[in-house]
Amino acid sequence: MEILSKVHAGNLVRWAKDKPQVVVLSADLTGSVEIAEFQAAYPERFFSMGIAEQNMVSFAAGLAREGFIPFIHTFAVFIYRQALNQVASSVAYSFLPVKMFGFLPGITTPGGATHQAIDDIAVMRALPNMTVFETADATEIESILDPVLATPGPVYVRMLRGEVPRLFPRDEPFRPGVPRVLSIGEDITLITAGICTEEAMRATSALTKRGVSIHHVHVSTHKPLASAILLEALARPRLGVITMENHTVIGGLGSGVAELIAENGIGKKLIRVGLQDTFAHGGSRPYLMKKYGLDALALVRTVEGLVGASLGILEADLASVRIEAVHSLAKAEAL
Amino acid sequence: MDRLSRTSSPPWVAAVARAAFGIRRRVMEHTIASNGGYLSQACCAAEILATLYLKSMRLGPNAAALIPAPFRGVPGPTNRAYATGGLYHGAPDRATDRFYLSPAHYALVLYAALIEAGRMAPDGLAQFNTDGSTVEMIGAEHSPGFSMMGGALAQTLSQAAGVALARKLKAEEGRTWVFLSDGEFQEGQTWETLAALAFYRLDRVIAYVDVNGQQCDGETKNVMTTEPLDKRIESFGCRALVVDGHDPVALNNAAELPSDGRAVFVLCKTDPCRGIPILNERRPRLHYVRFTSEKERERYRAWYREHLVPEGVED
Repeated sequence: MEILSKVHAGNLVRWAKDKPQVVVLSADLTGSVEIAEFQAAYPERFFSMGIAEQNMVSFAAGLAREGFIPFIHTFAVFIYRQALNQVASSVAYSFLPVKMFGFLPGITTPGGATHQAIDDIAVMRALPNMTVFETADATEIESILDPVLATPGPVYVRMLRGEVPRLFPRDEPFRPGVPRVLSIGEDITLITAGICTEEAMRATSALTKRGVSIHHVHVSTHKPLASAILLEALARPRLGVITMENHTVIGGLGSGVAELIAENGIGKKLIRVGLQDTFAHGGSRPYLMKKYGLDALALVRTVEGLVGASLGILEADLASVRIEAVHSLAKAEAL
Repeated sequence: MDRLSRTSSPPWVAAVARAAFGIRRRVMEHTIASNGGYLSQACCAAEILATLYLKSMRLGPNAAALIPAPFRGVPGPTNRAYATGGLYHGAPDRATDRFYLSPAHYALVLYAALIEAGRMAPDGLAQFNTDGSTVEMIGAEHSPGFSMMGGALAQTLSQAAGVALARKLKAEEGRTWVFLSDGEFQEGQTWETLAALAFYRLDRVIAYVDVNGQQCDGETKNVMTTEPLDKRIESFGCRALVVDGHDPVALNNAAELPSDGRAVFVLCKTDPCRGIPILNERRPRLHYVRFTSEKERERYRAWYREHLVPEGVED
């Protein structure tokens, strides 16, 4: 699998070249959220706001009222936790085009519970007027900026950084509201998002070899979630639906899918793989994915539960997990 | 008010005094009629708002209906025809000023000021705090004179700073005016904004602060002091001017000082019972007036008729 480094950094510079209305706001994490290159390229459109996220969010609303399109960049927790009232009252209510890029989703950081955005989708999708996207690979990172700009009003993007895989072909860009069907199957429908999609792809190949037919759908628009592709996928499985998310199972993808199943009268069993109503802690990504049941093996065991039989799949059978050093050169600091 | 009656005062000062009187009168009238209201806020802010609207600010002509339109839904993807109450300050253009009142519970005072400034019809206040109206008790973005959601406090100054930076980037002339309450200096976000105002040298921002020393729980000095407010503001790199908040000349002079490169905070020392001394009996709880008996309400009504209804004006 092709692994790319700092995809957003160069992409944002290229993309923003002919968009003078786009300004970037940073809260002292410029290198860590891959906007140092933007700052160097367009210093007149880069605004350092200091470690002051509440002001940054409301300030961005003021810029938006006067015709600019602010792109807020910081760790996700500092947007939806530190400045939620500002997001709601200054930005979301007024339907202003403030675009928020939140980094370090779920357990992708060894920074521990204060840095891990485990409930951002739940919080942000509850806000009226808010659109919620999530990236899963290099292709989505490269192609999400046009949809972000084209979407009226505020947008929250759950963003990846550093070394990311290319899961989807370059010529299949991010399309808002359109899930990707990664495999066709009849036994189980599997809905995944973000980094869980890569992990699930490892499991599905092993499961298919054991004769379990998986209908795998990747979601990158959490709000609005409903789509014909998703509803068709939820209605088709023989055994049930599994969701897998790098997020608490309360309020995120699993909850959204549960709402769709219930409201559309789809009588399918649902199992939600994700953080089981718990905070996590600091550690490497493979360690955290294993500990909190977000890895390919955890998904296999969940499928076995739904099938009602052991499939004899061992950890060694799964594609070797990509090892990522905690101190990567692609990151500005070891968070 | 003695100094206002001096013959050397320019004519606008007398006009401001009349408008300030009208603001107090209208707010007290509605407080009695509604059996409650933010009355002391009118005592504090009457001269400040009257001076800003009648003398200091350069706003465009009112671009909204003199009788406020009913509530037409919140902003959103299906309500693109939505308009804010900022149109009462004129259609935004490059040259004119922007004005944002932050403490949204001053709404009735702001509506009264709009009427005194000829930007809203007196009959518009009949909708105050009635269901389906935009003339809400706590001003929202669609309420006359408002164009932001300030109710949570501290967010309006941040937004105004963003507006000011945007206008600086666009090389626009207009100033950005903000009305703040002193209690907002207890919010951390306010100080974040002061840091940004100084860092980006947003000297086209001028904030008038109602320093009445009052808040919901009582006197500010007993709740969480914000003093010395002028020194705190100056230490953050902004300019603090202390004025008598009931003196129109002093209030306007603060706006006419040449820029020294810093955002300006005009700290208006105000009396929460000014012009309505019967309120003194309610100290120290002046944040919201509610009458506890019909007898008390009748006493305030009698005071109002004796002192605030000039001859020839129906209450």
